[in-house]
Amino acid sequence: MTATETRSPEAEPTATPVLTFEDVVLGFSGVTALNGVSFTVGPGELFAVIGPNGAGKTSIFNVLSGVYRPQRGTVRFGAQNLIGMSPHAIARLGIARTFQNIELFSNLTVLDNLMLGRHHHHPYGVLAALGWFGKARRNELANRRAVEEIVDFLDLAQWRRLPVGLLPYGVQKRVELGRALASEPKLLLLDEPVAGMNLEETEDMARFILDIRDELDVPMVMVEHDMGLVMDLADRIMVVDFGRAIRTGRPREVATDPDVVRAYLGEEHRVVDRP
Amino acid sequence: MTTRIGRPLLYTAYEQDMSLLNTPAKRGWTLILGLVAVSLPFLLQDDLLVVMATAFVAAIGAIGLNIVTGYAGQVSLGHAFFLAIGAYTAAALSGDPDSTRLIGFGITSLPIWLLAAGLVAGLAGLIVAPLAARLRGLYLAVVTLGLVFIGEHIFKHWRDLTGGVGVGRPAAVPELFGIQFAVDGATFTKAQKLYLLMFVLLVIFGVLARNLVRSRIGRALAAVRDRDLAAEVIGVDVTRYKMIAFAVSSFYAGVAGALLYVMIGFVEPGSFNLAMSVQYIAMILIGGVGTISGSVLGALFITLLPRVTRELPAVLPFISASSAAGGITVFQVETILYGLLIIGFLIFEPRGLFGIWIRVRNYWKSWPFSH
Repeated sequence: MTATETRSPEAEPTATPVLTFEDVVLGFSGVTALNGVSFTVGPGELFAVIGPNGAGKTSIFNVLSGVYRPQRGTVRFGAQNLIGMSPHAIARLGIARTFQNIELFSNLTVLDNLMLGRHHHHPYGVLAALGWFGKARRNELANRRAVEEIVDFLDLAQWRRLPVGLLPYGVQKRVELGRALASEPKLLLLDEPVAGMNLEETEDMARFILDIRDELDVPMVMVEHDMGLVMDLADRIMVVDFGRAIRTGRPREVATDPDVVRAYLGEEHRVVDRP
Repeated sequence: MTTRIGRPLLYTAYEQDMSLLNTPAKRGWTLILGLVAVSLPFLLQDDLLVVMATAFVAAIGAIGLNIVTGYAGQVSLGHAFFLAIGAYTAAALSGDPDSTRLIGFGITSLPIWLLAAGLVAGLAGLIVAPLAARLRGLYLAVVTLGLVFIGEHIFKHWRDLTGGVGVGRPAAVPELFGIQFAVDGATFTKAQKLYLLMFVLLVIFGVLARNLVRSRIGRALAAVRDRDLAAEVIGVDVTRYKMIAFAVSSFYAGVAGALLYVMIGFVEPGSFNLAMSVQYIAMILIGGVGTISGSVLGALFITLLPRVTRELPAVLPFISASSAAGGITVFQVETILYGLLIIGFLIFEPRGLFGIWIRVRNYWKSWPFSH
């Protein structure tokens, strides 16, 4: 984490941002979910979004992946404007995500779920699929090889052939991460990756997230309630409350900010006391 | 391959794992079933062969329904409509061009009218598909139900094409490489030839469908079925895949419809009704939703059922062969059996006959141990 320590406080990343989220307003007939939220994510950065329930964290993700369309604001991924694009087109640009409540294809095996993550890699059409031999077979093999690397990376080998519906919760979370990784994302969105996990599973997941950043160099946006994990992993944190970003900065600054303490962490929070 | 004896799940290449017959057991069973199927025409009576040939054609139709309903999860009650489109496309193409009563083009070559029947029905499926993009579950079922009634009306009144109610028209004429399949030949009877033809066609369309469902297309269809939001977010264009599902399914229905009446040589417009759609739903429910081999099993089961119930009066005296004799008739028994079987399978084995096979297989895998 030494690289991040050298960044100046509050500073936006110096390199051109991968993702620019600017002044986004999203409302559902009277309820304002996001009220002018802005942030940027730099290359290789792990950006965390925290805040109380209903603050608008998942709404940010749903705007990013094209599920919701905001009334105002711009969302740019590189030079590409994401607003108005359909979710599958955004996925094709290289934005992959996991969900707060696991959204796997529960009747399919782990392998098939991971293969689906590579849906837009090495594509082929219906006629090629019917005939199989030739393009379909070649491309399936190429995708299968890539998927097996994910299986190794996330230690999923023993569950490969099982329908994901039968797997324990922690493993399902990992498969979902694998499905997102299989798409070779240029930006990874993690919605509460350790929610509901025990300590051991949380440690495993933290290790995978660090591995993803260090080995694959993928920028990530993470929503998470586990403050210990967020403080340890994130390069920068944005705190949202009632659809507004109340503070964005490095973990240590955010944790001591009086507004953040009042809105989310609470007076008793002891993160600042850690050595 | 010798190193794999006793280790059926040891794969040394992804290709072995991905192949259709990826275990020695599957290869063995396929060989045995293939041999049995090819030897049946020389063992069975002609009337049974015709029933079997009809069952093979029904299996092609059931595979089609399973692609849209079993794999893509879009409940369709409109299968009879697409079967009808296939049947009339083929019948019209191969019909007598000199007929003053009916439309006919005199193209009796089987590959041409079969492909055309599939394509026209597939096109009709594509036109209907946008509905599926906006509706789901029961709503889609009701809309596709509407198709059957619209179709029934059109086919009953378009006399130039269908011959009208109670009259009908001759079915497509199957001719391939100069061989007429629908007439008795010197070496083979009509029934034997039709049986073999339909068997070969079922194998072809079955393998194509298996290829489709093990490909990225099949996975995307299953993703749309299991969780359409997640499918969309990982990059599957849900609308597009619903359209593909409907188009491929209707293509299969068209092919099946074109062949279905070749055996009796006659198409009657009243037969493409809701009961026919329900029959196909019964096939995939009883055979196994979301499996190709299940579709074949279900189609064989449902098509052979009436043939079996017809034997009942000889065994059970309280069942009569016709309504004139009083008591409960074979037709009533048949309807009751349909209902009971569908309910029974839904409650006890939702995976259908395919699920029963999986259970039997797993039992023998661990035999003589119970776990």
